[in-house]
Amino acid sequence: MHRFLEAFFSPHAFRQVFPDVWNGFQTNIRMMVLAELLVLAFALAIAVIRGLPGRGAWPLRALAVVYTDAFRGTPLILVAYMLALGLPGLGIHGISNRSPFVYGVAALTLVYTAYVTEVYRAGIESVHGSQRMAARSLGLSYGQALRYVVLPQAVRRVVPPLLNDFVGLQKDTAIISVAGVTEATVQAQNFGSSYFNYTGYVVAGVLFIFLTIPLARFTDHLVRERELRERALAG
Amino acid sequence: MSAFIQLEGVTKRFGDNVVLDRIDLAVEEHQVVCLIGASGSGKSTLLRCVNLLERVDEGRIFFDGKELTNGKVDVNALRRNIGIVFQAYNLFPHMTVLQNVTLAPRKVLGHGRRKAEDRARELLHRIGLEEKAEEYPDRLSGGQQQRVAIARALAMDPKLMLLDEITSALDPQLVSEVLNLVRSLTEEFGMTMIIATHEMSFAREVADRVCFLDAGVILEEGPPEQIFSAPRAARTQEFLGRVLAAGRM
Repeated sequence: MHRFLEAFFSPHAFRQVFPDVWNGFQTNIRMMVLAELLVLAFALAIAVIRGLPGRGAWPLRALAVVYTDAFRGTPLILVAYMLALGLPGLGIHGISNRSPFVYGVAALTLVYTAYVTEVYRAGIESVHGSQRMAARSLGLSYGQALRYVVLPQAVRRVVPPLLNDFVGLQKDTAIISVAGVTEATVQAQNFGSSYFNYTGYVVAGVLFIFLTIPLARFTDHLVRERELRERALAG
Repeated sequence: MSAFIQLEGVTKRFGDNVVLDRIDLAVEEHQVVCLIGASGSGKSTLLRCVNLLERVDEGRIFFDGKELTNGKVDVNALRRNIGIVFQAYNLFPHMTVLQNVTLAPRKVLGHGRRKAEDRARELLHRIGLEEKAEEYPDRLSGGQQQRVAIARALAMDPKLMLLDEITSALDPQLVSEVLNLVRSLTEEFGMTMIIATHEMSFAREVADRVCFLDAGVILEEGPPEQIFSAPRAARTQEFLGRVLAAGRM
């Protein structure tokens, strides 16, 4: 028991390791914020492309389907390895000389955009066709109907599942350690292998939990608010 | 010279189901034409074909001297001139009443916010809902929502209004407030309208002409007195008999 506490919950080790883990964790936060912003924008664009009408748009639609299928199915760790290890070797100007941080954010964005595209798409499809019809009947173009009528309603509905995906993204910033980004996990690992003490992992874990709890509670709050609102309207 | 709105042999199919079967219809400016008939007889589809919300399979439609069905018409420009009001109101739930009414004038006609809002408030005042301008649709009764939907269509200054069973989803005590509004449109503005309706006494009162639709065909057409008092076709007699028995006339 004493050895267990000493290995994972050592106050002495905590004082030593905390500054480094905290430092690394700020990199996690930076990756997370950047990736989430990119995901929000790209996923929306791809969801819209998947819904484009007309025969002429089919190559775009097909491309969007291939992309979402491919990146929802590929483990993030593989994508991270491919970008961080593969791209630098290609010698392409502007792509091959980026930092591990950039490759990491790119990997997170590629994988999570595929998930969030599906979330947006479900939201867009949940808006009844009569809404679009009403908008078009007033003379709004396809794009205007989408922008002013369909998307605002769709986005509101998908906020809870979207935030849920972002909780996953936040945790997965730890996987980006394999790309060579010095983030919280790496700092804990360095400390662990030097001192055979794993308090650093616990510190990193607690930091991740503290980061996701507010988001989870906020999601609950939104869901509950919607339920109350819908019940009030039904009554 | 074709009428203000003219349909020639308009046919619409959903799969094997022929919903409209070679419909001919002419409506002159300032006329009100009511479409009556059982549910599924093609009334709604006919209205939706007129503003190209449904694609016509065969036949031609002319509006204000121009053919709509030759594939060259700018549908967005056309729909500015043809307002439609739906059975289920279809207000935009994420927008206030005022935003619902000003959206199209601002985005389609390019009116400034002030201009669009002044006009919208004027319309809301006319329909007696000025004080609801900042409310969201779900705070309004069905009748109020439908009146807002009418105001939203009117805000585009359409030359033709299509009303698609606009009182069918309303509680009986709310029907009259909506019908009164429609009545004032004909009386005060001479608005050209095609109205699909189950309200026979209303049709009798406002219509210049009544068309009885049955299985996608205009079976009988004439002035309301004739259709309602002396229907010629057996199917029309049967339909009106059922309506009468149900106490809807």
